[in-house]
Amino acid sequence: MLVTPALLWTLLFFVAPFVAMALLSLNFQAEGGMTVSNYSQFFTNPSYYRAMINSLQVTGLVTVISVLLAYPFAWILAEQIPPRLQRLALLLAILPFWTSYVVRSYSWLLVLAQNGVVNDALLRTGLVTEPLQLANTRAATIIGFVHFFVMLLTLTIFASLKQLNPSYRKAAADLGAGPIRTFLYVILPLTLPGVVVGAFLTFVLAIGDYITPQILGGNNELLMPQLIMMQIGRRGDFPLASALALILMAVVTVAYIACARWLKIERT
Amino acid sequence: MRGFMRLFSVSYALAVYGFIFLPVVVLVVFSLQSTAFPIPPFTGPSSRWYEAVLNDPRLIAALLNSLAVATVSSITAVALGFLSAWGFARFALPGSAFLRALITLPLTVSYLIIGMGLLVIFNMAGLPKNLFAAGIGHVVINLPLCFAIIYSQMGDHQINIERAARDLGATEWKVLLLVTLPMMWPAIFASLFLSMTFSWDEFVISFLLTRFDTTLPVEIWNLLRSGLNPKTNAVGSLVFAVSVVFAIILELILLRRRPA
Repeated sequence: MLVTPALLWTLLFFVAPFVAMALLSLNFQAEGGMTVSNYSQFFTNPSYYRAMINSLQVTGLVTVISVLLAYPFAWILAEQIPPRLQRLALLLAILPFWTSYVVRSYSWLLVLAQNGVVNDALLRTGLVTEPLQLANTRAATIIGFVHFFVMLLTLTIFASLKQLNPSYRKAAADLGAGPIRTFLYVILPLTLPGVVVGAFLTFVLAIGDYITPQILGGNNELLMPQLIMMQIGRRGDFPLASALALILMAVVTVAYIACARWLKIERT
Repeated sequence: MRGFMRLFSVSYALAVYGFIFLPVVVLVVFSLQSTAFPIPPFTGPSSRWYEAVLNDPRLIAALLNSLAVATVSSITAVALGFLSAWGFARFALPGSAFLRALITLPLTVSYLIIGMGLLVIFNMAGLPKNLFAAGIGHVVINLPLCFAIIYSQMGDHQINIERAARDLGATEWKVLLLVTLPMMWPAIFASLFLSMTFSWDEFVISFLLTRFDTTLPVEIWNLLRSGLNPKTNAVGSLVFAVSVVFAIILELILLRRRPA
């Protein structure tokens, strides 16, 4: 009885929409019964599958760069900073989380604009003579994403570094390992599951995000969420948008299964 | 070697902090610009754009809408999450594991797809686009979170206390309201706070499901159409300032509650 309201809510406003989207994507309402034409369109029309390739490339790069930037940062916060300052240092590291998501992307637009701060500094120092095209590029999308996910990953990696039992480090030192070997053979493998979970979260959140690529990348090249929004908004083509959304979900599900399987193998 | 490591650590940390703070600093500095473009050179400080924001009835209305949607949808999500968590933790239900997975499933789906699915069925059912529809969407994204947080905090020691209350003659509803609810207060507070944050900042679902009356992130999005504008900087800085103050107060409350 107690669980009924929550279940009903989930069925009505989460499961039912999915069933509706699945039916729409198969042209359920059209004459001549169901077809897979929306799906075949995706696989045959280059401008559609190109968006998926772009999304996978951008999201993959964002995930790798964010992990590589965040891991040393989290390590410094956890190991090099005196414990009483750690809480403050971590709070500072995630302070921009408190700006709204839309505003954060807009702020990067200010930084990267044709006459923005970065180009201004480059021109003043004479490093370039013409302002660089930084906004409305794939690089801008990646920078905006990395900014957000470095904060997120710093939090998760910091947590897994803190959960390590300090006696492991002592044991490694007793057995004659130097700091580098201790890190490579003890600390890194033990924190890897936390990193993988963080990386998975990054992948899932980034591949489904519309705001960052739309504000920073512009319409020069489309990522999947932008393509889906374009079908809903400008063209009003809900069947195609539904098919694209379900394809995107399928990709996320594959990533989830891969991640879950890896973690399972790691644990046994 | 040690000195080198130290130097490297300090410069690396400073570089990452610089990267993290760069956009926020630029946002706030150019919100004080006195001319019409938030780009160098800096011409302020001036409070011109803050006055423009506070005198903009659309922005103020959007702010109030956001607060209302965040409050109502979060309370709904916490109530549904709490009841279901209690149900699953205290009673053996058929297919419990499957049903729990079903409730947490929306966590893995992008907001864009959840919003679009709701748009599709609301269109089919002939329901209008408005703040209420957006609020329904916000409950969908926050319910799994509230459920997961509260469910994870329902331990066995609380069962005994509930049993004691029943032995002393409390009815099921009294147990729930007077015993379980106060015991679960930290988890409830945490999930309410998180839900309100997510709802407050949520853009794409509100964008798809509202029409004229809308929430603050959507209204800010509409401002972006006019390009770079110090007014957008001012709204963004205000939202940031309010959130930081809110976070500090929360941090102080939580720190005080923690046993030393």
